Amino acid sequence: MSISSQTLAPPKEERTPAGNKRVRASKRKGKPAPEYRQVSFMARLRRDKVMLALVLPGVAYFVLFHYVPLAGNIIAFLDYKPYLGFVDSVWVGFDNFSAMFSDAAFWGALRNTLVITGLQLVLFFPVPIALSLLLNSIMSKRIRKFVQSVVYLPHFIGWVIIVAVFSEILGATGIVPHLLDSAGLPRFDAMTTPEFFPFLVTIQSIWKDAGWGTIIFLAALMNVDQELYEAAAVDGAGPWQRMKNITIPGIMPIIILLLILNLGSILSVGFEQIVLQRDNVGPGAGEVLDTYVYFHGIQDGQWGTAAAVGLVKGIIGLFLVLGSNKLAHMFGQEGIYSSDKTK
Amino acid sequence: MTRLSSTAVAPRLSIRDRIRRGNERPVWMEKPKPTTQVVKAVALIVICFLAIYPLFAVLATSLSSQAEIAANNGLVVFPKAPTLDAYRTIFSGGVVTDALVRSLLITVIGTTLSIAVTVAMAYGLTRRDLVGGKFFLMLALFTMLFSPGIIPSFLMVKEMGLMNSYAALVLPTLMSAFNLVVVRSFFMNMPQELFEAAKIDGAGDFRILIQMVLPLSKGVIAVVGLFYGVGYWNAFFNAMLYMDSDKWPLSMILRQYVLLGQPMGDAVAEIAVPSQAIQMAVVVVSLIPVVIVFPFLQKFFTKGVLTGAIKG
Repeated sequence: MSISSQTLAPPKEERTPAGNKRVRASKRKGKPAPEYRQVSFMARLRRDKVMLALVLPGVAYFVLFHYVPLAGNIIAFLDYKPYLGFVDSVWVGFDNFSAMFSDAAFWGALRNTLVITGLQLVLFFPVPIALSLLLNSIMSKRIRKFVQSVVYLPHFIGWVIIVAVFSEILGATGIVPHLLDSAGLPRFDAMTTPEFFPFLVTIQSIWKDAGWGTIIFLAALMNVDQELYEAAAVDGAGPWQRMKNITIPGIMPIIILLLILNLGSILSVGFEQIVLQRDNVGPGAGEVLDTYVYFHGIQDGQWGTAAAVGLVKGIIGLFLVLGSNKLAHMFGQEGIYSSDKTK
Repeated sequence: MTRLSSTAVAPRLSIRDRIRRGNERPVWMEKPKPTTQVVKAVALIVICFLAIYPLFAVLATSLSSQAEIAANNGLVVFPKAPTLDAYRTIFSGGVVTDALVRSLLITVIGTTLSIAVTVAMAYGLTRRDLVGGKFFLMLALFTMLFSPGIIPSFLMVKEMGLMNSYAALVLPTLMSAFNLVVVRSFFMNMPQELFEAAKIDGAGDFRILIQMVLPLSKGVIAVVGLFYGVGYWNAFFNAMLYMDSDKWPLSMILRQYVLLGQPMGDAVAEIAVPSQAIQMAVVVVSLIPVVIVFPFLQKFFTKGVLTGAIKG
């Protein structure tokens, strides 16, 4: 469960562009409409031909690899055979969807997906918050920067490496089973126990991304009005009281925002992470929606059903993201509003 | 801090002063209780240990001899007689070396192309009344909300005839809308007067990009380049989908021979299943570029180069 990329910008910096815009807007008010508004279409085309040429490769990329493939979802309604192609494959209407709903493997994949994302919401989500509170309370800049660098690093390590590293630590010959042995506890192979799989995946995600997740909270913490702390301290509030009454309310809007955005991605589990480890625990515990699509479609050739699953997941996912963004917007504004009241 | 300025006159600071100098404790803040300090210090040490130890364990195993691994029941906390045998084996030619070269080439070429396309598009979109500018921006932003799905993407690459070509490892992930937005907002926040002045002096749009914008954008390009580079370096799934095994990048080699434990060909043919040290050496080799590049670039994250990306 990585933090939604749209929200990565540190709120501290938001002030500047917003401030700039306000300045620009007020400048604009006094003057007549800026000159570029009056330039004709053809003149703009001629003037900006270099700019348009620069934009073009990027546009071509997005169209070719994000929009054109959307049309490929048509195979969810076909009995697609690769040797027949799109045109000659038989149209079967919603047969693939009814096949999907009567497939126990699909329901299993859906359940596994929800179990993993739910567990990540409970176990992963609070970690970056706690970690950033701890980091924020460290006064020494040098120590703070060092710890930050250390915990950011795993974010840049790929899943193949992480799974290999975890096998080395948790696998049969790793240090954890050895410690369990010496503590007299029964050893178990964390990498291959199906019941443990959701926890394993969550632990790996925490190791990889909990540190990276602190970026946004640290930015929010820096944004809390420092004078509030001073005033509270003068009034006799201790460190815990200041944390409870200033820090936590101060970052609450961003916590709610991220919580809601995470709810929006509840059907998405890290695909690469799961696809690497699904066979260690078997499809019963290791199959999620995305791996279902991959294994049933591309590997086993049930193109239609797999594409139907992918399409349903994509559509529900899109609505979840849109809905949660809307919700976050409402909550976010209210959250900021209520934190203003404390000032 | 002002109190310290007097001690700064003296060439030598006591250790205590030096520690205090790094601190930024405001005047009003009480000194934390010793117990709090101890708890915090322990917490930080445990966190750093948890983040670093797994990587260290991999390194330790890769430097151990097979005999030492066997004698210790698989676990070597600190190799008593470190040996580079595992590295010698994997670098003696064959699978791993080839894959390493391939991965480096894919990463360098891919990252360069990605940066070029992203910077170009971001720069083009800074023109306020660009014909179709709003539309192009939305076109890019919407891709953050949906994905066409695994199967349609796969079929697209297949239809384009990219199967088993290196383009299949670069083109499908050439750009990310998020990076585009980061770069564009950075450009938008530059002082526009500078460019207007250059324009009056007769510089064209392209010349302004190359001679003025780019030199001022090293930080943001470094960050976005790191995102792209790490993406290319770590990617394995596209290689798994599109490439034959003789064109695999290092990440796929890692999956095949370390995660799945399949025998390596060529150079290490005599070892049916790669020994633990060799497996971990492959892991270390694939970790090295990330660990080398990261420290140089991480300072940009704390500097807030991701400025205003949320605004779009």
